[in-house]
This record gives sequence, structure tokens and C-alpha cells, in this order.
Amino acid sequence: MSGQASALLQRLSRPESRRNGHEPAWLKEFRHTAFQWVSDRGFPTARDESWKYTRVGPILNVAFEPAKPDPSRQLSLEAIDRLAGNLGGIRLVFVNGHFTPNCSSLKKLPQGAKVESLAAALVEEGESLEAHLSRPFGEQTHAFTALNAACAEDGAFVRIPVNTTIEDPIHLVFLSAAGTAVTAGPVVSHPRSLLLAGTGSRATIVETYIGLPGEVTLTNAVTEVVLEEGAVIEHYKVQNEMETAFHIALLDVQQERDTRFMTHSVALGSSLARHEVAVRLQGPGASSTLNGLYLPRNRQHLDNPTIIDHIAPQCTSHELYKGVVDGRGRGVFDGRVVVRHGAMKTDSSQTNKNLLLSESAQANSRPQLEIFADDVKCTHGSATGQLDEEAVFYLRSRGIPEPAARGLLTYAFVGEMLELINLGPLRSHVEKLVALRLSSGDVAVAA
Amino acid sequence: MMLQIRNLRASVGDKEILRGLDLDVRAGEVHAIMGPNGSGKSTLANVLVGRDTYDVTGEVLYEGRDLLAMSPEQRAVEGVFLAFQYPVEIPGVGNLYFLRTALNMMRKQRGLEELDAMDFLALVKERMKLVEMDQSFMNRAVNEGFSGGEKKRNEILQMAVLEPKLAIMDETDSGLDIDALRVVASGVNALRNKERALLVITHYQRLLNYIVPDRVHVIANGRIVRSGDKNLALELEKHGYADVDQDAAVDTPSAVGAMP
Repeated sequence: MSGQASALLQRLSRPESRRNGHEPAWLKEFRHTAFQWVSDRGFPTARDESWKYTRVGPILNVAFEPAKPDPSRQLSLEAIDRLAGNLGGIRLVFVNGHFTPNCSSLKKLPQGAKVESLAAALVEEGESLEAHLSRPFGEQTHAFTALNAACAEDGAFVRIPVNTTIEDPIHLVFLSAAGTAVTAGPVVSHPRSLLLAGTGSRATIVETYIGLPGEVTLTNAVTEVVLEEGAVIEHYKVQNEMETAFHIALLDVQQERDTRFMTHSVALGSSLARHEVAVRLQGPGASSTLNGLYLPRNRQHLDNPTIIDHIAPQCTSHELYKGVVDGRGRGVFDGRVVVRHGAMKTDSSQTNKNLLLSESAQANSRPQLEIFADDVKCTHGSATGQLDEEAVFYLRSRGIPEPAARGLLTYAFVGEMLELINLGPLRSHVEKLVALRLSSGDVAVAA
Repeated sequence: MMLQIRNLRASVGDKEILRGLDLDVRAGEVHAIMGPNGSGKSTLANVLVGRDTYDVTGEVLYEGRDLLAMSPEQRAVEGVFLAFQYPVEIPGVGNLYFLRTALNMMRKQRGLEELDAMDFLALVKERMKLVEMDQSFMNRAVNEGFSGGEKKRNEILQMAVLEPKLAIMDETDSGLDIDALRVVASGVNALRNKERALLVITHYQRLLNYIVPDRVHVIANGRIVRSGDKNLALELEKHGYADVDQDAAVDTPSAVGAMP
């Protein structure tokens, strides 16, 4: 292991050793194992297939300190509305990974449902969470997942009981902020969220990652979603951290029989972000939809690895990722679909499209299919190109100035992704963010 | 004079397409530009609206101002419009939204108030009748999946909504059956008035039965070789372009090169 990497681990190992006795023994031991895993194997390099396009060197170069609860960071509700959108439902706010109750709003929940901080759930539910909290630290583990396992202290916990529907969206807001009295230098946080959807339950969950100006931050998040038979979950993620921030995340999804899962990710922020989605279709008849939009500019690097594992037969997965890359930005889509032996009647499609707006913009697209079963229907495709100059000229010839014409066509390219956001208040919030980003403000918002 | 073209030359690489073209168009007039394939008709249309694929020299005065110095969007704002021969498809941009954006951007640049959604819809509905277009076209993406005839009607609808002073129609008749041709032509005729000039580019005389021109010009090898009234078009219909090709051939570079 390189010297810098072990320095980061050393800094992170201090709070672990300090952590006091209220944690159950299984958790302490699990943290120790996870930490040992990173110490032994180190951080991903270019030799790791799934990190082919993303170098973690810039992260390891920063002297991150573990985040502590910071009462001086009290955001007004208006500020949170502005940064994260007001979705009108339940909202949990986390500052540097720690639950901040007075920024949060909890509504009355159906009988038996729980939406709270993971730290609180650990106290209440204890060992019943062991199986879940140790699970993503398995076959696909890399150093950051293991670090999350070793260091995570808080995050969201959602439990939806059997045959229960939570109508209001559950909004999880993660704010990264460093450079205050409590956290003077760069900080790392490890939010860990667990969403358990009981048999026949339904809910909509939104994760929003935002930041405040100040020192560099690293968010190393793991979100685990478990869908029991027939559950239907709609999940959204908006990553709009500061453009100086680092963001590494894993969304780990496990689907039982006849479940439906939809996730839609929008990546706007961070200097380097990697949002990985790993779905295991382990019950027959399960279906999963993965959508993603990423808009790197300047020197942003936005990586979107996905793994869909078709284990059970008759499952469906559809994937659509679109990138618009400007400046010296780089967008990556690295999607694997594995159809295991016995996963007959699998229906899978995978599409990635990239639009390059500048000479130095870069897109890497790697759709991969690994099929070990017969009688399956799998398609994949990828296209990368530039704006149609004929269309630009057509719009200009109708009196639309060139920058607006380019903005309009770019917005048209991403419009499809925005329409796929079913949750109205979130869609309008994202539309505004995207319109601002594509700097065609007045044209696009009017649409 | 609305449009004065003097010694207009346009080339792509080594290939000169317009080779010293002169033309005068007054407000209220309809001029037909005819000529064989490859004579430079479409190039003239594209140069006038500012397509940048050509090296252009010469002078084009539009209402006394240097048209060639203006950007394509500026020309549109000043009232120059081209009904394209091959209108481009723009997936993801709604036809109605596109038209409203175009109209309002022009109005803004002209210092006029923008039309709100209701007023705009009323205007479009009225103008759609001119080209007998169904309202369902408005909810589709610009030209996407439109048939050839539908695309041409959409061009004339844009012309009707944007109300240009100088409208250029580049082979609007190509690919139209006789019924569609009649609809498009009657739409265009409804837009004729004393302030508006029309430049109708066509290979065939057929369209000119419906849109009757004040002047007819024949282009060959990049310049106007004959001009006359509407009877010239009928004459061409009878004798074809063989004669005019002969006239122009004297000037072709190969002919010049062959001289002692």
C-alpha cells in the first residue's frame, strides 16, 4: 500500500479506536474486519476493471479528518429548500453524515413504519440489523465500501411494513460542509442508509447530496435497499455537491419475487464523483429500471458504474444513461449486465448516449453483457456525438441566437431524462438545476 | 429596392458555384428563379440566409444594408426567411414550443412585446388553417417523422407565423403531390402583399401555375442568363433548359481554357 493511502487510514482509524462501548460487539468486530480489509488490499488502481476510468489519487492526496457532529452548522429551512428542493414530504437532514433533527421534518407515518436516523435504529433494533449492515461488504467490495463499513456512524433508516404505502416522498438530504470551528480542515463523512421495504409495500425515496463553500469534503456513502416480495420502490438521487468535493457512493439493491424498483440519478456536482448502482434480481418476475443523467463540465469527472445481476428467471432490467459533457469534463458509463445460469426469460436493455459540447470533453462508454443462460432477450447500445450543426443552423435561421439554439438542442437531449422523473416537485427542482447548468436559463425553463 | 445583389460569387473549396450573379427585387414582387440541377439555385438561397459553408464575395444589399455582414439569426430578425428544401428533424423540441421561441426571440430583438401562450396559440391556430395543418402536428417534435409534404407545410406555417419581409422558397414543390402543392401554394398566395417579396426557387414550371410570378429568371452555371415575365417559365416548360445551357457554356472555365 502507498504511503498516502496508509496515512488516510491512520487518520480514520483514530475515531474507530476511540468509539466507546455503546456499540454492540458484533458491530465493533465487523468494523475491525472491514478496516483490516482496506489495510490489506488498499485502494483501487487502474488495474481494477471497475475503476478503469477513475483515479482515486486526488482523494488520497487530501488530509481528510473524520467528520464530527457540528452544531454550528444549522441551516435554515429556506436554505435547504433552495439547495435540495422542497418535496413536501418527510425530510431527514444530515450534516457531514450526522443526523440534524431541527432541520428535519417528520410527518405522521403509517402504523409500524419507521423513518429515522440509523444511529437511533441501531440502539432500538440492535442485532436485527446485523445481517443487513454487513451485507454489501461482500463480493463486490472495494476500499471505499469497506471504509464505509468501518467508519459509518449514521445515515437514514427506513422500514416500511408489509402491505403499507407511504404516500409522501421520503427525502434524505446529505449536506457536506467543512471549514467551521468544529471542522476546520477537509472532512470525510460515511453516510450509511438502510431502506427495508416489506412485502407488498410502496414508497418513494429521494437522496440529495449538496454542499456549502469552504474546505474540501469527501462523501463516501452506502445506501442499501431491500425489496421483499411485491414491493415497489421509486428511488432518486441528486448529487449536486460543491465542484471541489469528492463523492463516492454505492446504491446496493436486492430484489425479491415480483418487486419493482426504479432509480434515477442526476449527477451535477463534485470534482470527482462515482455513483455505483448494484442490483441483484434474486426473485423471479422482479423488474428494475436504472436511469441516469450526468453533466460534467470544467474538469469534473463523473463516473457511473452499474451492475445488474440477473440471478432469477423472468426478470426485467432497463437502463438508460445520458451524459452531456462540456469543458474538459469527463463522463463515464460503465454498465455490466450479468445473466446467470438459470435466469431464463431475462429481458434486459441497456442504452448510453453522450453529447460532447467541447473539443476537450471526453466520454467513456462501456456497456457489457455477460450471458450464461439460454432463452433471454438482451440488447445494449451506446452512442456519442456532438450537436447536429444542421439543426443549429435551422434554429438560427428562425431568429434564435446561436447560444440559445445550442442550449435548446442540448436541453432537448436531456429532456427525455427529466420527463422520466415522476415526482413532480423533484422534476421541477431538477429542471431548474439543469437549465442553469446548460446556461440557456430563459429558453429551457419556459418549456 | 428591397434586395440588390451585385456580382455575387460563392464557392466551396476550388469549386465556384455562383459566378457573378446580379438580381434586384422590389417589395411586393414575386420572382421565380429557375434553372437546371447544379446551376446554383439552392446555393443562392443558402447564401442569402447566411449558411457558412461557402466563401462569398460580392454585394448583397437588403433594405440598403449589407446582408452578408449579418449573422443568420440577425437576418431572420430583419425579416429574411428561407423555406428549406430539406427541413431538418429536431427530436426533443416540440413544434409549438419551437415556433413560439422563434417568434418571441425575434419580437424581443425587434423591441416588441413577447406573445403569451394564449395569444400565441390563437395565432398559430389561425395560420394553420392556411396550410390545412392538423393541430396534432404542434405537439410533435419539429419535423420528426413528418412526411415530405408535411415538412413543406410546416415550413410555410413558420413563414405565416414569423411574417418575413423577404421569403425565399427553396424547391418547396419538390416531393409534393398535386393536392399538397395546391394547399401549399394557396397558403403562400394568402401571404402575398405589397410589403412582402417572394423568391421562389423551382426546377419545374408547375408551381408557377399556382404562384404566379412577376419576374422569372433563369440561372445557369452560377449566374442569371435570362430574365422575363411569367411567359418565360412557359417557354422553358416547352423547350427545356437545353438552350440556356448552351448560352451559359461559353463562360464555363473549360471553354475559357480552350481559347487560344
